[in-house]
Amino acid sequence: MNARSKNSVKAIAIGFIMPVAFLVAWEILGRRGILNSSIFPTPSRIFTSFMDMVSRGRMQKHLLISLLRVVKGFCVGSVLGLVIGTVIGLSNAANALMSSIIGLLRPIPMVAWIPVLILWLGIDEASKVTLIAIGTFWPVLINTSRGIKNSDRKLLEVGIILEKTRLQMLAKVVLPSAFPFIFTGLRLGVGSAWTCVVTAEAIAAASGIGYLIMYARELSQPPVMFSAVMTIAVVGLILDAILLRVEKRVLRWNEPDEERG
Amino acid sequence: MAEHNGEDKSVDIRGVSKIFTLSAGDLPVLDKVDLHISSGEFISVVGSSGCGKSTFLRIISGLESATAGDVFIGGRKVDRPSVKTGVIFQESRLFPWLSVEQNIAFGIHKKVDKEGRKKLICQHVGLVGLAGFENAYPRQLSGGMRQRVSIARALINKPGVLLLDEPFGALDALTRIHMQNEVLRIWSAEKSTMVLVTHDVDEAIFLSDRIVVMSDRPGYIKNVLDVDISRPRDRSSVPFMEIRKKIYTHFFAESALSLEYYL
Repeated sequence: MNARSKNSVKAIAIGFIMPVAFLVAWEILGRRGILNSSIFPTPSRIFTSFMDMVSRGRMQKHLLISLLRVVKGFCVGSVLGLVIGTVIGLSNAANALMSSIIGLLRPIPMVAWIPVLILWLGIDEASKVTLIAIGTFWPVLINTSRGIKNSDRKLLEVGIILEKTRLQMLAKVVLPSAFPFIFTGLRLGVGSAWTCVVTAEAIAAASGIGYLIMYARELSQPPVMFSAVMTIAVVGLILDAILLRVEKRVLRWNEPDEERG
Repeated sequence: MAEHNGEDKSVDIRGVSKIFTLSAGDLPVLDKVDLHISSGEFISVVGSSGCGKSTFLRIISGLESATAGDVFIGGRKVDRPSVKTGVIFQESRLFPWLSVEQNIAFGIHKKVDKEGRKKLICQHVGLVGLAGFENAYPRQLSGGMRQRVSIARALINKPGVLLLDEPFGALDALTRIHMQNEVLRIWSAEKSTMVLVTHDVDEAIFLSDRIVVMSDRPGYIKNVLDVDISRPRDRSSVPFMEIRKKIYTHFFAESALSLEYYL
């Protein structure tokens, strides 16, 4: 365990090398005047403006609004994706019925949904949350149905021999065996949700982190713009890390190590 | 053999044939198999691979339906799987997300209270010698231990008939012998009817009351041999070797080489 945690510290440290080197190079090039500081503010200036926004509570306000939208949209989208994905995975008829409409709707880029959603739902919260829900829905749907279709026939036979009811089979055999797929879907879904919120806010909003970028562009405040972009990157990373953590806990049985002869 | 506990655990197989319909045409797998297995008897079915012996077992279990003929267990026609007929497969088929204890508990069919459930699980963990491993996950167990868990899971409903489909085929030679002794111990404790499908002739002789020799596909019963050797059986005794020779004769009768070459 000790050796393992040492290794993970090492892995994290190695992961930091590239970003830090990148920032240092950026800072040096900026100070020497090689990079135009009016469009490429140095990292130290970005950091100062970031801290300034934090101290005035501006960054937190926008971030919280965006996160709240992500949570709402993600919940709606993943629940729908799970339920419909399960139905499609279980029933060949449902699969045949839905596959053409899924094939048509899924490739539509998220940006193309925005005008349609604004037309239907207005420019309030509903259109943004719906966009995030759509973005979350697809990866969860596809992975859930694939996971359920992939469930091991041999394990299903065990349930049949032990005379389990359909509900017991679903809850105790089919869904648990699809968990690794479902989690992959949820992780992709969170990533997509975060992308969607920024897209929606950048196009039509009066608050949120995506709005902050567009607003800073209009007022030509590059340090604010870059602060917001970097915050988006870091928060996206943290969201993924949280889900990875949860996945590791829930799917402890799925780890391939510890095999004994 | 006499019936135990008054429960009829006999298996009656009447004219069972099976034809698989494939895109390339019909594939006959079993050809009019008739066999009566008495309550509490230990029967082995031996045959070369692909002779339909696994299909035969799946039809008895109700997992597969026969194209013609019927199977009766305890006088009742088999039309679907039942907890009264336990099946143990070559792969242990444990749920990797459940611990040993939870895997065994998955088998419990009838409603029991928490206390009785605990007792039942504890008793079966002990029966297969896995005390101390209750909270281990399948990936942490060896092949032999996994197979013990699957045996416990199959036994927890006290099935009258236990079907074993090459249960030790994937285990190493020493573990296999160990597991064979375990099965004999469990058989004498539970008094269930056992039907074992195997390609290991020695395993069949070591365990069974009678051995069914199946032909190549489509499988039919070539011969049924009685094993009149008292248990525990010595694998190197003369009667043991005589039966082994008899069985091998069936398999290599058409071969140009003499039987001694194979033995």
